[in-house]
Amino acid sequence: MEAKSTISVDEAEIQTDASTPAVNAGEYEVIHSKSPVFYDLYTRKTELQHQTHYCPGCGHGVVHKLIAEAIEELGLQDKTIIVSPVGCSVFAYYYFDVGNVQVAHGRAPAAATGLKRACPDKVVISYQGDGDLAAIGTAEIIHAANRGEKIAVFFVNNAIYGMTGGQMAPTTLVGQKSTTSPFGRRPGNEGFPIHMAELLAALEAPAYIERVALSDNKNIMKARRAIRKALEIQKNGSGFSFVEILSPCPTIWGKDPVEARRWVLEKMIPAFPLNVFRDRVPEIPSMEVPQRSVEEVLELAAKPEGQNASVQKHAHHFKDVKIKIAGFGGQGVLLLGQLLIEMGMREGLEVSWLPSYGPEMRSGSAHCHVCLSKERIGSPLVSRPDVLVAMNEFSLRKFAPEVVSGGLVLYNSESLPPDFVAPGIQVIPIPAAEMADRLGSTKAANIVMMGALLEETECLDARTALSVLEDKVKKVDLLEVDRQALAAGRLFIDNNAHVGAVSQPDGFA
Amino acid sequence: MAPAAGSIGAGNDEVKNMAGAARGYVVVSTEECKGCGLCVESCPPHCLKLGTELNRYGAHPVHYTGRDCTGCGICFYCCPEPGAITVYRVKAKPKPVAVTGGEYAPAL
Repeated sequence: MEAKSTISVDEAEIQTDASTPAVNAGEYEVIHSKSPVFYDLYTRKTELQHQTHYCPGCGHGVVHKLIAEAIEELGLQDKTIIVSPVGCSVFAYYYFDVGNVQVAHGRAPAAATGLKRACPDKVVISYQGDGDLAAIGTAEIIHAANRGEKIAVFFVNNAIYGMTGGQMAPTTLVGQKSTTSPFGRRPGNEGFPIHMAELLAALEAPAYIERVALSDNKNIMKARRAIRKALEIQKNGSGFSFVEILSPCPTIWGKDPVEARRWVLEKMIPAFPLNVFRDRVPEIPSMEVPQRSVEEVLELAAKPEGQNASVQKHAHHFKDVKIKIAGFGGQGVLLLGQLLIEMGMREGLEVSWLPSYGPEMRSGSAHCHVCLSKERIGSPLVSRPDVLVAMNEFSLRKFAPEVVSGGLVLYNSESLPPDFVAPGIQVIPIPAAEMADRLGSTKAANIVMMGALLEETECLDARTALSVLEDKVKKVDLLEVDRQALAAGRLFIDNNAHVGAVSQPDGFA
Repeated sequence: MAPAAGSIGAGNDEVKNMAGAARGYVVVSTEECKGCGLCVESCPPHCLKLGTELNRYGAHPVHYTGRDCTGCGICFYCCPEPGAITVYRVKAKPKPVAVTGGEYAPAL
């Protein structure tokens, strides 16, 4: 993970203090030095690679050092992922020699959630500023905390938008001047500063919430302990930890670094009291969900009658078939598509089903795209169908022009509209609704169509269709109607071969 | 810059040595130091000072005065730059094997 820069500042040029007194080196040992968790050189720019980009006296550098020290001491360097925010600390990934992700503004807790859930053995740190966490990312942090995600969030609060030049932040103090509150923040107009630590402490799930400050030596050492504790909590897998760090921003506040630090002590701490708001292992009841295999979910597990055995026997004589099924909502258009892909799956094909609802679920127009293929399907969208099942005249007129030359249209009616012409394609009118009605339920019209489709195209085995219907249709009487409807559809094609076909000017069919 | 409460001595010339021979010393990477002065303000025995010369990047880097460092490390934690300050401390004398049973109190 070592970053070696090609354009590096000659390290020998970086002088150390010449006034270092002559000491007997053997008597001394290094107790504090640059942490190995930082890169040797920061390769963001071609020069100044040994310095961070932070202003002199910025709190971010101190927080970085405290985090790096904690990571080093807990031995977590190889398993830490830091999610950097948008804000001054956006370039944290140039400094920390750990796993790094940089995410959209405010979304660090959401990204950290995904990382932690995908890699539960990693230590995931969300590093955020107050504009990032308390303004644009308010929803993300609240919900991540509420879910008790096992991540550590370090919230650097400097009461201002630093990177963009000093606009008012949600945490800006009452009366504090900023470029967007030039007369000082007025609670009546801009609201009160948001206390994120207290807000999150109202939730049930977080394990550890503390507010610390970089205002003086004592508080910096407290911040060091808090950051270390947050990482320990995550290392132990206890839960969500949140450390708010009140931090100076000398440049934007217009103060020198020492004054800025004093301002944290004198102005910020009274407004944002330092406290441990939460420190306990949360009791989150675990509710086990039954784990089922894919085969079980798809009901493909071995069936007693060897229904799946027929699957392999059916020879698919096509490479792929694209089917569009269209009609009114309520005609079973989408269901027909689902039945077809279920059958395709059972016969070992690649399948896709893409519904397209009309403006109304009932009595509107609906259609779905079905792909059956021996190969992986690139797109589930069917723009040029091989087969169109048109359950009404509207669908016939709308989609028939899309059917490929030599394709098939099954139309739910006794006859074609007199003015309908479709050169180059075979159109078979089937009075499916009437047939289904006579069998006992108009709803079975889609099954009649399915029978006709299977018989005409022979793309799938009718026995598979029966087994799917047996599994999907729970009502016994309805199943009987469906069974008869399927048979009726097949029989219709058998008996009316070529009768209903339209002879076209080009001599097709 | 007001001296912090409890500072040792009135003026730099009369700073008392806190522990006989200095217990530690500080090495500052003058090119990394941005001259913010937080360490100067924080150092309990006031043994750091801002230099008068400029470094390559236009900052007055911090120097160790050469006296009184206790090796406490406060300057390291106050400094926002990861590698600007390195703190050395006198190696601990080998502890006598627990004869008295008392606990060794670390310097910090």
